[in-house]
Amino acid sequence: MEIPYTVKARPDTGLFNAKVGIWLFLASEVMLFGGLFSSYIFLRVAADDSAWPHGLLNIPIGTFNTAVLITSSVTVVLAWASLKLGNFKKFRMYQSVTILCALGFLGIKSIEYKDKFTHYEIWKTNGERMTGHIEGSPWFWDTETLRQKNMQELTFHPDPKFYFTPKVKHAGGASGEEHGAKHEAVKVPVSQIKRLSAYVPAHSTYFGIYFTLTALHALHVLAGAIVIAALWGPLAKMWRTEPERFTNRIEVSGLFWHFVDLVWIFLFPVLYLL
Amino acid sequence: MSNAHTQAQPHPHTHSAAAVQAHAHDVAKHVKVYIAVFLGLLAGTVATVAMYYVHLDSVPLTITIALFIATVKAFLVAGFFMHLISEKKTIYAILLATAFFFAGMMYLIVWGRDEVPRGTQYWEGRNVQLPVDKTR
Amino acid sequence: MDASTHVAHAHPHVHEAHHEPGFLRKYVFSTDHKMIGMQYGFTALLFLAFGFFLMMLMRWQLAYSGQPIPVIGELLHSLLGDGAIGKDPTTGKLGVMSPDLYNAFGAMHGTIMVFLAIVPLAFAAFGNFVVPLQIGAVDMAFPRVNMVSYQCYFIGGVIMFASFFIPGGAARSGWTSYSPLATLAHPEFINGQTFWIIGMVFLITSSLLGAVNFIATIIQLRAPGMTWMRLPFFVWAEFVTAFLLLLAFPPLEAAAVMQLADNLLGTSFFLPSGMVVAGNPAEVSGGGSPLLWQHLFWFLGHPEVYVLILPGMGIVAEIIANNTRKPIWGYKSLVYSVFAIGFLSFIVWAHHMYLTGMGTKISTFFQTTTMIISIPSVIILTCLFISLWGGSIRFNTAMLFSLAFLPMFGIGGLTGLPLGFNFSDLHLHDTYYVIAHFHYVVAPGTIFALFAGIYFWFPKMTGRLMNEFWGKVHFILSLIFMNLVFQPMFAQGFAGMNRRMWDGGATYATADGVVGLPQSIIGMNVGISHAAWALGLAQIPFIINFFYSIWRGKKASDNPWGATTLDWQTPTPPPHGNFDKPIEVHRGPYEYSVPGHAADFTPQNEPEKHKKH
Repeated sequence: MEIPYTVKARPDTGLFNAKVGIWLFLASEVMLFGGLFSSYIFLRVAADDSAWPHGLLNIPIGTFNTAVLITSSVTVVLAWASLKLGNFKKFRMYQSVTILCALGFLGIKSIEYKDKFTHYEIWKTNGERMTGHIEGSPWFWDTETLRQKNMQELTFHPDPKFYFTPKVKHAGGASGEEHGAKHEAVKVPVSQIKRLSAYVPAHSTYFGIYFTLTALHALHVLAGAIVIAALWGPLAKMWRTEPERFTNRIEVSGLFWHFVDLVWIFLFPVLYLL
Repeated sequence: MSNAHTQAQPHPHTHSAAAVQAHAHDVAKHVKVYIAVFLGLLAGTVATVAMYYVHLDSVPLTITIALFIATVKAFLVAGFFMHLISEKKTIYAILLATAFFFAGMMYLIVWGRDEVPRGTQYWEGRNVQLPVDKTR
Repeated sequence: MDASTHVAHAHPHVHEAHHEPGFLRKYVFSTDHKMIGMQYGFTALLFLAFGFFLMMLMRWQLAYSGQPIPVIGELLHSLLGDGAIGKDPTTGKLGVMSPDLYNAFGAMHGTIMVFLAIVPLAFAAFGNFVVPLQIGAVDMAFPRVNMVSYQCYFIGGVIMFASFFIPGGAARSGWTSYSPLATLAHPEFINGQTFWIIGMVFLITSSLLGAVNFIATIIQLRAPGMTWMRLPFFVWAEFVTAFLLLLAFPPLEAAAVMQLADNLLGTSFFLPSGMVVAGNPAEVSGGGSPLLWQHLFWFLGHPEVYVLILPGMGIVAEIIANNTRKPIWGYKSLVYSVFAIGFLSFIVWAHHMYLTGMGTKISTFFQTTTMIISIPSVIILTCLFISLWGGSIRFNTAMLFSLAFLPMFGIGGLTGLPLGFNFSDLHLHDTYYVIAHFHYVVAPGTIFALFAGIYFWFPKMTGRLMNEFWGKVHFILSLIFMNLVFQPMFAQGFAGMNRRMWDGGATYATADGVVGLPQSIIGMNVGISHAAWALGLAQIPFIINFFYSIWRGKKASDNPWGATTLDWQTPTPPPHGNFDKPIEVHRGPYEYSVPGHAADFTPQNEPEKHKKH
């Protein structure tokens, strides 16, 4: 005996099985990201208001990536509509745009990550703080690295404007980051450095939650892209034998993809702008 | 919406390409809606970012407006791309329950934070100090 | 579907005859819900035994603190190493448990019992085997997802088990893994806590996949005529449980990811500013909050309590209806109550956190919701008690365990009320009273219900009955020793004995006159330990009975208990696809002793005799 309602909708619920399944799964995803969002609020409320960093992320790039993800979302739904019209070619065309957008999003995100891993903050013993780049743009240095390398002084290219001014929002920001390396280098004696950290999760709870949220989101993008690519390539032959079932699969994978987009819609303003 | 039409097909065994042909007009109409929603989402993004550069003085107002725009965008995606506006009762029930628990979690955890006597400060500790401490 | 049912009807054994799946496909990578249910059941029973074994060793340490563990002391030393098992300074004999090992056993006993034994057994094993049968489905909605769910559970279990043997040993920050202790307790970089978190991620994934599958199955695959109010109560219990797992587990997954980052990447999600470790300020950015972990943990943790108990209630309801030969009293009240529990269980969690210094307003809120949630629990218990009234009760082993469940769970539930009030919790928090309370809910509560379920569904799973005499021996001894273990703990808790002491309270004896406890309280440890070991021995009749009956037990008919629900209207054991004819449901789940009917039970799929035209 076969399991009923894998393709056709059950009369009283009006749904096929996979659709119930994907919505239940998305419900649990809502709670997963909800847990992280509550943590974000909790940590931010707990922080002294002036101490929560602002303007450390590259807003133009973030905006562009948002547009990329929105585009992929509309192509997914158009691909599904094409299948409904029986147009397999158009479906393939739209989904290839989706996959390219997904890869583009991940690529841009990696560049953003790389920028953060080479961008540093120094806490000096006299209480002063500065941000910028270390000569040679090394990745992932911290106070321990200085100790191990037994360095006497650090060649540092500070950002033009110190991003962090208590009680003033949005000071400095993206522009400083981009041109940071061009500015004149200063030599900072290691004895004056109390703490050194790249913009990595350990830098602060802000970057901790930023990387957790965006990395988890990127994993979802990757997973969604793999599923969509599989349905674009090897699994697409189902269209010839069971077109309706194939269309259902596209719908279900699309629902997941839209959810990923939806999460980003909240992540972008919360992490980049507020 | 369209999936409801598919279920209502009179002859489930007819070739599906032929069956959906009858609804080609409907689907074409939906495509227009999708494009409109897409443009709406882009406009929302631009509006949010523009607000950042305009720089309102009131932080609560900034947060409220930005989250409001994000919520509208979320409803557009969920309502049209995920076609929730014409979904079945079962799905609504599942999502309603989820919304209840989601709201409960968010609200109670943050309330739990507010109720705790304050004492921790963000940059305190050995490694770092508040550069300017205006509170004391 | 029509064609295949027709074939199956003509040749009932067509599947076995024509394509018998290979060994791997049938027993290891099976997608059949019944086999997956049995896989879950078997693995979970092994973990149940393992968790019990850890507890027996801990009881030795509590009763005979500092003395070498007899018999297996040397073996443990060779397995766990010098750091865990030391020498007795006077005799030089190996086998003294170190405080770290005691803590690891405590943490892992909790983790294993909750996440690897009871939940998989109650929710996944019985749920997988029984739910599709009871709703008249051919399988679960997503059989392959079901298989992956079991595999994730298995991998999670292996990771947890393996963590005992890595350098530094298993996680030792309690089953709740409170930060910052969980981040700071282990000097190694990759340590028991890392394994614990990764293991938990697998277990959570397993639960999520299982929950999605159960809900989808119950919504979509009910047989024709199986309306919502015709569902057996067990199905309702599983349905609500699945929702709890689906929505409560993800926040813990989020918290687990954050704690992993704290441990490996040096973030400070749960580490506050200005933290001092072993006299030195910690080198972290700070700004986090240990309270956040507790919120996220208990957001899962409290619904989890109901995940543990609801399937047990479902099992007991089925068995009571069957063995009183009358309908369950207040079926609708039961269903509404189980829903009320499901909803309320999400907004009571912070009653575990009264001592964290939460403000008075929020404490009052959680205290109020906690009191409210006791109402539906009492309704369920009351309905089950009233169901006994006027029944001609058959006292078989399954029924005895179910009957014992009622007062045992009652004790567990009622002793929870003083913990739900924040003023009395101040005294009782973190004492043995808490241990006695929740073990009364889970051990003589849920585990008795699970034993009842095993005795009840065993004939459907294997086609043979378990031995009744040895079943009753198992029951009587378990009942006596369970109470001897947990009853004295209430007294210890009232006296104020802390639950986490490695030396079993010897510290209190040295502090006599300051915070000292009377010797009568500390001395109870010895009696409790002996009762615990006797409880272990009392399981031997069960284990032998279980394995003997699989191959040699008395042959059972398809419906040996004269039950009405659909799980008993199948061939025994049910073939792949479950039913040999298309099933249609015509009546409610508990039509026992209906006046005017020939038999004292009317199966759900029996058509009405007098059809209206």
